[in-house]
Amino acid sequence: MKKLLILGGGTAGTMMVNKLAPVLPRDEWQITIVDQHETHYYQPGFLFIPFGIYNRNDVIKPKRGFFPPGVEVIISPIELIEADKNRVKLSNGKMLSYDYMIIATGSDIAPEETEGLMGDEWQKSIFDFYSVDGAVALANFLKYWEGGKMVVNIVEMPIKCPVAPLEFVFLADWWFTEKGIRDKVEIEYVTPLPGAFTKPTAAKFLGQFLEKKNISLVSEFSTGSVDSEAKKIISWDEREVDYDLLVTIPTNMGAEVIGRSGLGDDLNFIPTDPHTLQSKEHENIFVIGDATDLPSSKAGSVAHFEADVLYENFLRIIDGRPLLPKFDGHANCFIESGFGKGILIDFNYDVEPLPGKYPLPGVGPFSLLEETRMNHWGKMMFRWVYWNLLLKGAELPIEAEMNIAGKVMAS
Amino acid sequence: MATKTYAGKTIEVNEEGFLVNHEDWTEEMAPMLAEQVGIYELTDEHWKVIRFMRSDFIERGQIPTVRRLKNTGGIPTKDLYRLFPNGPAKKAAMIAGLGKPQGCV
Repeated sequence: MKKLLILGGGTAGTMMVNKLAPVLPRDEWQITIVDQHETHYYQPGFLFIPFGIYNRNDVIKPKRGFFPPGVEVIISPIELIEADKNRVKLSNGKMLSYDYMIIATGSDIAPEETEGLMGDEWQKSIFDFYSVDGAVALANFLKYWEGGKMVVNIVEMPIKCPVAPLEFVFLADWWFTEKGIRDKVEIEYVTPLPGAFTKPTAAKFLGQFLEKKNISLVSEFSTGSVDSEAKKIISWDEREVDYDLLVTIPTNMGAEVIGRSGLGDDLNFIPTDPHTLQSKEHENIFVIGDATDLPSSKAGSVAHFEADVLYENFLRIIDGRPLLPKFDGHANCFIESGFGKGILIDFNYDVEPLPGKYPLPGVGPFSLLEETRMNHWGKMMFRWVYWNLLLKGAELPIEAEMNIAGKVMAS
Repeated sequence: MATKTYAGKTIEVNEEGFLVNHEDWTEEMAPMLAEQVGIYELTDEHWKVIRFMRSDFIERGQIPTVRRLKNTGGIPTKDLYRLFPNGPAKKAAMIAGLGKPQGCV
């Protein structure tokens, strides 16, 4: 029996097990998936919790419901990955050996990395919305907040879903307007980037929305520390921004076990071939989703496109075939812009987000780099697609490789 | 591709002035590259950063991040921002003759 071990049963790991289990013969392959938590979180839904659009129950389901039959499921933390010995030690001491391994251990917030963030004011005047607990605590706070200065701060890049903080301020503008207190709330967006977003065309386009919605932008601000008593954030070069309510997007890091096992970079992300998704250090290890060090967005859509490439490459490597360098960094993000509208962007390593129609060139129904109601509905429908199609590894009518057709090139 | 002459040597640079080939770099060029990013005196503290960046890059093939400069290079982040104001990783990489650090998406 050959053994495939999958570490992590989140979005990426669940997609991979559902793609591979039906095609690897059961009398030849034993597939094991390990995760430390019983619960699967629909992470794109966290954004909506602070504004009461979703609650906790809307974004959770038991993980076991998404694993195919015949797969060994182990719920346990991982103590150590011994890649040179092709084995993994669980926290209860049990050893798992493997012939091939797929690492999908994701990334998480690490607020303890920033001095002053996790003191007495944590979840009193300082909140995150990248965890379900943080998002729920913020919802409870916002329900009774009467106004003041809200600062949304990205501590450092890279972060999971780099558009989420922008969506958060867009939704906040809408929500405070609906509540009738928008005139009592000042919203400030504080980012280490030179503009609203990473890619120049999108940064310019999204920057206009900040202006239109009366959200001020502080750019190139690398957060060094937080003075939670004086209520201000301080950059490494000693600039200060004061706040009444701080919504922080803390440093994002890969799983601690990756660091402990010596497999990661300084943020515990695993050096990975950007096109084949094979680990740079170990031929029999592949890496997918947020766990990689790829210069692509850390997002479910990226993991989805990676899964198509990894599936193909996994079947090639076990047949002794060379890997295909097919992953192009493709990302596709619905950006909720408030007031029932949304924006859609589609890009990869080399091509910036361009205007056009998606996924059918010239037809749509979604419009790229444009604010429409249909894009908002796309985003809201996506939760159903996620639970019912995406995690189960079903084919979606979108290609893994980015398509330039239907897009309007800049002149 | 544009060229520039530093310390008597003509070398290829990209549109932002970063060296195209890090092998072209010599220590004599560093003060001139520093002037390009508004740093007019290179102290021993600057040199510690520049030397670490080069040796780490040559060893690993990647330009070290601010976090790696702290964790492995032993250079406190605050000092780094004092020495290379407004974008230390980018400025130090420029002076060390390395390419532009990869932006994150």
